[in-house]
Amino acid sequence: MVNKKSSAGSIGFVEYLIPKIQRIGIYLVLVVFAAYYLMPLFVMLTTSLKSLEEIRTGSFISLPRGIDLSSWKIAWSEACTGVKCQGLRPYMLNSFLIAVPAVAISTMVGAINGYVLSHWKFRGANLIFGMMLFGCFVPFQVILLPMAIVLGKLGVAGSISGLVLVHVVYGLGFTTLFFRNYFVTVSDEITRAAKIDGAGFFRIFYSIFLPLSAPIFVVTIIWQFTQIWNDFLFGVSFSQAGTQPVTVALNNIVNSTTGVKQYNVDMAAAILAALPTLLVYILAGKYFIRGLTAGAVKG
Amino acid sequence: MFARFEKQIPKLVLAPSFSAVLIFVYAFMAWTVYIAFTKSTIMPMYKLNGVLQFGRLARSPRWETAIENLFIFGILFIVISTVLGLFLAILLDQRIRSEGALRSIFLYPMALSFIVTGTAWKWILNPGTGIEAFVRSWGFSSFKFDWLVNPDFAIYTIVIAGVWQSAGFVMALFLAGLRSVNQEIIYAAMVDGISTRRIYTKIILPSMAPVFMSAVIVLSHLAIKSFDLVVALTGGGPGYQTDLPATFMYAMAFSRGDLGQAAASATVMLMTVVAIIVPYLYSELRSKNG
Repeated sequence: MVNKKSSAGSIGFVEYLIPKIQRIGIYLVLVVFAAYYLMPLFVMLTTSLKSLEEIRTGSFISLPRGIDLSSWKIAWSEACTGVKCQGLRPYMLNSFLIAVPAVAISTMVGAINGYVLSHWKFRGANLIFGMMLFGCFVPFQVILLPMAIVLGKLGVAGSISGLVLVHVVYGLGFTTLFFRNYFVTVSDEITRAAKIDGAGFFRIFYSIFLPLSAPIFVVTIIWQFTQIWNDFLFGVSFSQAGTQPVTVALNNIVNSTTGVKQYNVDMAAAILAALPTLLVYILAGKYFIRGLTAGAVKG
Repeated sequence: MFARFEKQIPKLVLAPSFSAVLIFVYAFMAWTVYIAFTKSTIMPMYKLNGVLQFGRLARSPRWETAIENLFIFGILFIVISTVLGLFLAILLDQRIRSEGALRSIFLYPMALSFIVTGTAWKWILNPGTGIEAFVRSWGFSSFKFDWLVNPDFAIYTIVIAGVWQSAGFVMALFLAGLRSVNQEIIYAAMVDGISTRRIYTKIILPSMAPVFMSAVIVLSHLAIKSFDLVVALTGGGPGYQTDLPATFMYAMAFSRGDLGQAAASATVMLMTVVAIIVPYLYSELRSKNG
């Protein structure tokens, strides 16, 4: 190859080529990994659109011949979880009935806790914060048994309100952490000035802190909703037939052994169960990721 | 009078949450640890009985399998997720077009329940429907990939799926770390003609020791708590070959009716988490509060 001047300027052709190849290599590796990451989603979506006949004869990676939404309909309203055959619909409703109040309560309480722990510290406040923080890390196996007993004593065993209580209590650590770390960055000068002007604890919270906290509310709400919607351990431990959240119902549908295995229905049910959190991720992924990294780099 | 009351408001506001945490976290923890030292079976019994339950645990082949699995799974999961996450972060840090889209793709598994994505993984890994059947249909009729149902290899399918779920998260941590490295030092090194590889190994990676630390702590915590992964992929099977401590505890508590064993295994899990998390939290809180 003649070393003539290329469009990249006066550098030689080889010097021009090597970084180009490197760039292509980087993109290639990234695309391969992206494909690996998207594969389960792709398989779920394509399989849910195939007929059982097509699944038997084709491969797991092939595109569906047409768009057949019948398994989605079965998954939504007819598929069987154990003895009942009402599809996923009632369990989706359960998950909403659990998640909405639990998210609302834990976020509001977390906001005011975070406010106290950042701007109204008293002796022992750091210890309290540390103890609440540790609550985020406890392996939940250690509280399952007493929780089951206490829920029974409170008369909410196996009920939606019982699950709301559980999610509020074990969500408090994270919501408090989020708000505390956010409010810590607000200068103490502001609160001091407001106090001199005669504003009290609640007044300062409403007029100064709440208007500032829209972003952290979004992060916390998204984080809590995702966690609670995706919860399986509490759902499977503390629910009974009729109050199960959607993750538990999905697991029952997928693992039910009666009749012919309807893979397309399983996949459609899985997508339906994922839809709310998937939508949240697509619309507000930025905030979810912020919550994720905030939860990891603590303090 | 009012001023004195005013002073108490912050404490009063925090009191309900703190009491809830005291009861639902610390008292419950204490109760479970206590039960681990009794003879409880289906119903809790409160007469102390020494370390009987831990002896039973030590002799239980099922628990031995669960602990072995936790080691295999935990080590592979932590090492592979960290390496892969770092690798993806470095690639994404090369001024890549559509970085945002790629980042979202690598992170979406964290936003979905593994009960959901496990449905797909189970199918892909199932020899009759997934990869094995696919490769065989191409004519390689002796191709074998039956880890999911093979007692000796099933635990590795949990690793594959676990890494898939968490590596993107490690990537996000490292990417944030890479972006906060002082750019001027890197430019200075580049001007001095130091190779990219050396810039990474001598300057950038050493400065990210805290990120490595966070990643390993979070991953080990995830590994110990792993429950959904096993339930969705193998249900603990074949037999109990893919049991982890979390599924062992659940089985003892809710299907075997053996509260003593459930409490003892939960206590072991708690101690492991405490040993990892408490020093970390302590150092984090100290360094932030000065």
